[in-house]
Amino acid sequence: MSLAITLATTRRILAQLRHDHRTIAMMVGVPSLLMILLRYVFDRPEVFDRVGPMLLGLFPFVIMFIVTSVGTLRERAGGTLERLMTMPMGRLDLLVGYALAFGLLALAQVGVVLAISLTWLGLDLAGPGWTLLLVAVLDALLGMALGLFASAFARTEFQAVQFMPAFVLPQALLCGLIMPRDQMASWLEAVSDVLPLTYAVDAMQRVSREPDVGGDLVRDIVIIAVCAVLALLLAAATLRRRTP
Amino acid sequence: MMSSSAPAVRVADLCVERGGRQVLHDVTFEVPRGSIVGLMGPSGCGKTTLMRAIVGVQIVKSGTVTVLGEPAGSPSLRRRVGYATQAPAVYDDLSVTENLRYFAAVLGAPRTDVDRVAAEVGLEAQRDQLVSTLSGGQLGRVNLAVALLGAPELLVLDEPTVGLDPLLRQELWTLFRRLAERGVTLIVSSHVMDEAGRADRLLLMREGRILADGTPRELRAASGADDLEETFLHLISEREEARTS
Repeated sequence: MSLAITLATTRRILAQLRHDHRTIAMMVGVPSLLMILLRYVFDRPEVFDRVGPMLLGLFPFVIMFIVTSVGTLRERAGGTLERLMTMPMGRLDLLVGYALAFGLLALAQVGVVLAISLTWLGLDLAGPGWTLLLVAVLDALLGMALGLFASAFARTEFQAVQFMPAFVLPQALLCGLIMPRDQMASWLEAVSDVLPLTYAVDAMQRVSREPDVGGDLVRDIVIIAVCAVLALLLAAATLRRRTP
Repeated sequence: MMSSSAPAVRVADLCVERGGRQVLHDVTFEVPRGSIVGLMGPSGCGKTTLMRAIVGVQIVKSGTVTVLGEPAGSPSLRRRVGYATQAPAVYDDLSVTENLRYFAAVLGAPRTDVDRVAAEVGLEAQRDQLVSTLSGGQLGRVNLAVALLGAPELLVLDEPTVGLDPLLRQELWTLFRRLAERGVTLIVSSHVMDEAGRADRLLLMREGRILADGTPRELRAASGADDLEETFLHLISEREEARTS
């Protein structure tokens, strides 16, 4: 691994985004708008206090999944990935470069949505805000790593976009957001035990309810981080220097 | 192995299959250092596959490819070989300078290289333009400029002059010649025969096989034809006759 190449890759991805104002506006604006909608759809602060943080964990996960799976598909299809693979670019240089760029972006995204939620929308968090930010950024990295991995199986942009519902919606249904997990059929609860988004939502629930950083929250954070690293290593295994 | 007399590229009995079809059949040749080799042949004859094998991104079925004394694709070759694909492999949502700066950083090339290669391909005026707004010929030159970054000892260029006006094509061949005089080896593919005369040596390919290998003069003399287009036709018919008799 080379730090210089990793940082150059991060700068390059951020430069690409800088030229694409609309994508940046949508990445920050859409989750903000959805939070505002959510607040007034329920119109009951206590329900918003419960559901809002969970969505703050879900948005970066979903958005980073889409953006990276389409972004890496473009690198594969456009030949730039093959060009980089003929250069002294390590596979982890590229992936960590992506992770840093999208991690920064997730920080900005969640920061804005959290600020709007805490001030205008009157979100009441029991726990410290930084833990929410930390969990949200880890969720974003998990979504990004799964997106990188999924893009290896997509031949076209049409397929890449469909991987979002395929990878994300089952997790979103089973993670306890819609129905508490202990009320689901027991085999579904068992499935949800091994899905990373379950722990992301659980962590967000704990941040919103518990004033202190407890052992269960730390366990959730560790599980999300380990899953993100595993997905990143899986993604690295799909990057090949030689192709047929 | 690293003496200057060793060939820059040595390909021996190379066979490659793509999509269940054999696209290279027992290809064998050598490229001397500091020379410009023209890889000529019709579209679909295996030029690109051969170039991919030389830069080490192609899975090969059998045979060996040795580049600058090492097996093709070795990590130590990644700074020593420059490669430009036929379809431009650059980021179209970045400016010319941003593209060059990024690839220079990946190669560990000095920052001054960005100015140098932009001048070499004649893109100084477009430096701050987004790549997506460039013309086809300019896009091809950005692609070529990336391959010139650093100090590659071998340049593998797939159809670098496609879509360029004659003046620009002439300028690029002057650049290729200047690089060769500095000791750089170039493998340049083209399907335009009037470019072939500018190369030191020609490899004529058809249907995954090397039909002829020699200097332009040798090939013309052997076939008795005046120009290389005719030489090529002559060689094909000779080969067909040999196969049917």
